[in-house]
Amino acid sequence: MSFWNNPLKVIADWLLGIFTGWGISEIAAQVLIGFLGVLLLLSLLMVLDIFLVWIERKVVSRFQDRIGPNRVGPFGLIQPFADIIKLLIKEDITPTGADKVVYNLAPILSMMSVLVLWAVVPLAPTILGVDLNVGALYIIAAGAIGTLSIIMAGWSSNNKYALIGAFREVAVMLSFEIPMLTILLIPTIFAGSMGIGAITNAQEKAWFVFLAPLAALIFLIAAIAELGRAPFDMGEAESELVSGYNIEYSGMKFGMFYAGELLHAFTYGGFWSILFFGGYRFFGLEQVSPFLAIAVVLFKALVGYWVIMWVKYTLMRIRIDHMLAFNWKFLTPLSFVLLMVVAFMNALLRGTPNWLFVSGMFLSNVAVGWVALEIARMTSRREREKVEGLKPVVETAHH
Amino acid sequence: MTGEQITFLVVALGTLGSALMVVTTRNLVHAALWLISTLFGVAVIFALLSASFLAVVQVVVYIGAIAILFIFAVMLTRKDMRDQGPQLNKNWWLGALLAVLTFGGLFSLLQGWSGWSKTAAVIPSSFDAVNELGNALTSPTGYVLPFEVASVLLVAALVGAVYVAFNPRSGDSQK
Repeated sequence: MSFWNNPLKVIADWLLGIFTGWGISEIAAQVLIGFLGVLLLLSLLMVLDIFLVWIERKVVSRFQDRIGPNRVGPFGLIQPFADIIKLLIKEDITPTGADKVVYNLAPILSMMSVLVLWAVVPLAPTILGVDLNVGALYIIAAGAIGTLSIIMAGWSSNNKYALIGAFREVAVMLSFEIPMLTILLIPTIFAGSMGIGAITNAQEKAWFVFLAPLAALIFLIAAIAELGRAPFDMGEAESELVSGYNIEYSGMKFGMFYAGELLHAFTYGGFWSILFFGGYRFFGLEQVSPFLAIAVVLFKALVGYWVIMWVKYTLMRIRIDHMLAFNWKFLTPLSFVLLMVVAFMNALLRGTPNWLFVSGMFLSNVAVGWVALEIARMTSRREREKVEGLKPVVETAHH
Repeated sequence: MTGEQITFLVVALGTLGSALMVVTTRNLVHAALWLISTLFGVAVIFALLSASFLAVVQVVVYIGAIAILFIFAVMLTRKDMRDQGPQLNKNWWLGALLAVLTFGGLFSLLQGWSGWSKTAAVIPSSFDAVNELGNALTSPTGYVLPFEVASVLLVAALVGAVYVAFNPRSGDSQK
């Protein structure tokens, strides 16, 4: 087994030899190697996070017809390091009346809730933190810790804007958890397992986005809401709440929230691509070398991240009652119906040839989406007729 | 002592300590946060028992939903979140007596138990606990009836909550 085929195994065996040579027992050495692996993954993620700041700023400037950071280093690449130095030397302020322990714990939990997600991300067929058989649920559980960190930040800051922001954000996160959890069951049905590794392997014949395009779309919407990004950025609505739940945080504590949000967006982009776009699968490239597989995963995650940024910088904020009504009255019933339809079609089409399975699933998804849109259109037309004095949109636009 | 035993002891002590803090701390939000720490400890114990599904569901349901709702309710109902009243009422001796009796009863029961020195059976890698649980919950010979009854109960609770919150006069709760 060479280094190029299974790098982690080779390094782990090599380290095990060294550690046992030092007289450490084998179990202790295994634990130590596990810790080193986690340290390596987390360090790489944090370095990636630094460059995500640059990517985010560059992409937003392109969307807004600007150039973006271009002064420090080639293409402004050194800019995030300058930002980090600035964040580190800023005064660290704890507001009067703040609950100190909870206040300091919140940014750590926020970052942690993102980093623990990477434990289940399959980077290559042989490179995988842990193949949990409940991987899909684990994503939601990590999101629960993120929700907790936001309410802790909002409450402990002793600031009314922070509290309002936290209330809104948590309301959004709690409600959009439901369609997300429901949609996560759809790849589970296809793969027959909740493990993320098994879900990636099950996409050998067809990416799940071809089987369930509507599920992929709902997952993206729920993911953006979980992230608290525009158009769902009620929690930090700048024009209303200054900065929302993180308003009192300064220096690197704010940096933790900010970096956590960027990495969270990148991670959900990654999960979107893993659950629906085949993960490390790309025309057999993953069989060539695990390093190519990692490159494919990162590329797909960046594409997912780009889509999330595209939505963020194109759409405007939705009012909170509209957003919650959209979730409870449209998205949640739709995802329940979709789950039932997919489960039924899966039982019906199991054992049929692949083209029939894929096209049957695809068409049933399109049908569910079309019916849902028709119902929504009819309902909103009825609602509009009830409101007096409101002219049709087309007419007012021409006057 | 094996690593598993050390982990169990640390987690169990942490869980019990947090549970004690839940009932002794005077700040209600702190009590809710200590409750989260307690529930997380229980999740870790589930994970130590290889019950990964229960561990994750414990975090999703209890920390992600119930504890967060506790915090919401605490923040929405009171202006001052510090409880000033006495922490014990005049029946404290009855509670203490019951606790001691329960502990004594369990202690005397478990003294004759032979399970202490047994090692846990090794679960084969082909055994998928989640699969088994799913089959048990949906098979007619398994637990489909209790599962469905619990679901109906939850739906009834949901309908009840909507009915309580619904204002028939305005017809729409948002207006």
